[in-house]
Amino acid sequence: MADLSTNDEAVAAAIEAPVGRGEPILQVRGLKKHFPLTQGILFKKQVGAVKAVDGVSFDLYQGETLGIVGESGCGKSTVAKLLMNLERATAGEVFYKGQDITKLSGRALKAVRRNIQMVFQDPYTSLNPRMTVGDIIGEPYDIHPEVAPKGDRRRKVQELLDVVGLNPEYINRYPHQFSGGQRQRIGIARGLALNPEIIICDEPVSALDVSVQAQVINLMGKLQEEFNLSYLFIAHDLSIVRHISDRVGVMYLGKMAEIGTDEQIYEHPTHPYTQALLSAVPVPDPQARAHRERIILTGDVPSPANPPSGCSFRTRCWKAQEKCSQETPILAIPTVFQGQDTPAAHFSACHFAEEKQVVPVH
Amino acid sequence: MSIIDKTAAVPAPRAGADYNGPLLEVRDLHVEFHTRDGVAKAVNGVNYSVNAGETLAVLGESGSGKSVTAQAIMGILDMPPGKIPQGEILFRGEDMLKMSEEERRKIRGRKIAMIFQDALSSLNPVLTVGYQLGEMFRVHQGLSKKDAKVKAIELMDKVKIPAAKARVGDYPHQFSGGMRQRIMIAMALALEPDLIIADEPTTALDVTVQAQVMDLLSELQQEYNMGLILITHDLGVVADVADKIAVMYAGRIVEQAPVHELYGRPAHPYTRGLLDSIPRLDQKGQELYAIKGLPPNLLRVPTGCAFNPRCPKADDICRTEIPALAPVTEQDGADLPGRKSACHFWKETIHG
Repeated sequence: MADLSTNDEAVAAAIEAPVGRGEPILQVRGLKKHFPLTQGILFKKQVGAVKAVDGVSFDLYQGETLGIVGESGCGKSTVAKLLMNLERATAGEVFYKGQDITKLSGRALKAVRRNIQMVFQDPYTSLNPRMTVGDIIGEPYDIHPEVAPKGDRRRKVQELLDVVGLNPEYINRYPHQFSGGQRQRIGIARGLALNPEIIICDEPVSALDVSVQAQVINLMGKLQEEFNLSYLFIAHDLSIVRHISDRVGVMYLGKMAEIGTDEQIYEHPTHPYTQALLSAVPVPDPQARAHRERIILTGDVPSPANPPSGCSFRTRCWKAQEKCSQETPILAIPTVFQGQDTPAAHFSACHFAEEKQVVPVH
Repeated sequence: MSIIDKTAAVPAPRAGADYNGPLLEVRDLHVEFHTRDGVAKAVNGVNYSVNAGETLAVLGESGSGKSVTAQAIMGILDMPPGKIPQGEILFRGEDMLKMSEEERRKIRGRKIAMIFQDALSSLNPVLTVGYQLGEMFRVHQGLSKKDAKVKAIELMDKVKIPAAKARVGDYPHQFSGGMRQRIMIAMALALEPDLIIADEPTTALDVTVQAQVMDLLSELQQEYNMGLILITHDLGVVADVADKIAVMYAGRIVEQAPVHELYGRPAHPYTRGLLDSIPRLDQKGQELYAIKGLPPNLLRVPTGCAFNPRCPKADDICRTEIPALAPVTEQDGADLPGRKSACHFWKETIHG
């Protein structure tokens, strides 16, 4: 996707701002992360690279939720780590309020990180079993003491517990005394401690039971309104992503295949991968069983160490033609839809984009 | 709690069988685990039956006892600490719990096979998949190594693993998640069993692969006219493949119904809550309905109906009396075949 970084401005201009939202709070441009593959023990020689993230661009606006979906191995979690600066990007920029944070280090990075927090997938391993809940939620204050003066911390932690719907008296308990859903609430409270503007959620509910999932999703929705948070919501469950997201990006093999509002992606998908993904989701409605068209993809996701030439989806695509193996499709409004005022006119990286309805509309 | 399920519509049994009842029938099964903290009652009187060619989905959250029931059927429950104080598991009319270990071994794998959730940890990492598949034939049918390998390749073809011949000597880690699950399915199918128990067969897989695997499973089920017990927590998967559903909560079946009926008109507040709490792909709703509270601790199951602390309809009677799994009827008293609910207020729930 080298072409992308050259027409950055065009992309930036064309990614429409959702109605009623101002400046993007986070702008990601041509983000890449290649993990080197080495051979040899003493003299390590690079023999290739796993292109985990290979040129991803998107915007995140104040107060919105951007969902990122994709199969395992598509690079969605690496994107999260890059945004948190837990991994250093190989190339590309991440602008937080106009400032490129991929190049930052030391104090400047620390200051930015205060505003971008993360909620992790597994509430069983992301909380230190030897720390009390109060210490876990209060730990961010040790790193950023300017947010809460020492004497005030206990009260602040109790407030946070209350905000996420836990009893403030649980402050001295340990993680093992809580259920999965409660632990995820603790994880969210920790993410909220520093009053961040952006929360990156990496599969926050996939480890939880169905009945508890709804509680956590509702809590996240409530907190977003209360604190005007922006969420980057990474998940593989397309139903949950639709529920919580304002816009959705679909990733495949380190690249963004399609991005648009939830209506555009779910009701008017134009990329064949999105269509296949949506049609494969089991719908909890046995009536739909008979008349639902399902696109069953063959094979597995190719290795990101050796992605196919041209369009990376072509090896599993039923529309693939000669052109797809030679030319990498650009993430843009497909030419067939350009200038049209239809929901199908959104960013889709396919040479042969065409609208296909796969989700029944009510 | 000893209402015996005899209401399921019985389709023609497998051709050639002289036995006429359901393929598998579980009657009033209890399983408990003796731990240092006390007795955990994981299964408290479960009744269900499966016929040949039929798919029964057992739906429940973690800790509801759905997997423990399956393990009891397979006879792979760890005993101790597990214990089956009460109940019967009838396979073709014979109680497996009364059989000797030798007799059970003849059924296990040959008549009833199981597909586990996590293929990577269920396969032996130091043996080739060909060896592990062939083991079924070597142990149960006494085939030679060479013949077993030929059979293994056949099986891998059957579950549509590409280049089976070349891959028969590969190790589990060389396969992707979906392919590994296919190997698990192949292993379960090896001896053409009458019944397959699939415990969350697609939970660890991506949706596109999940669709492939579920398709394969139902295709093979039809081909062999097998009974299938599908254990899952995913209401979507159930809607796609099941014929009838048993919803479990705290070791009990709280509702039983044919698949269309259950989704259309749940007769138990727990089922209704579950259905309302899942986000839908085809709808963008407002706030999700959330069942308040948490699933109960099995060491301290609430008195009366186990769901009462979380139930919006709970009344005094729910806190004292355990509701029996009783047939559900239309408002005018007409029968609803195959439908049962264990709720004091099922009338209000289904017709309200």
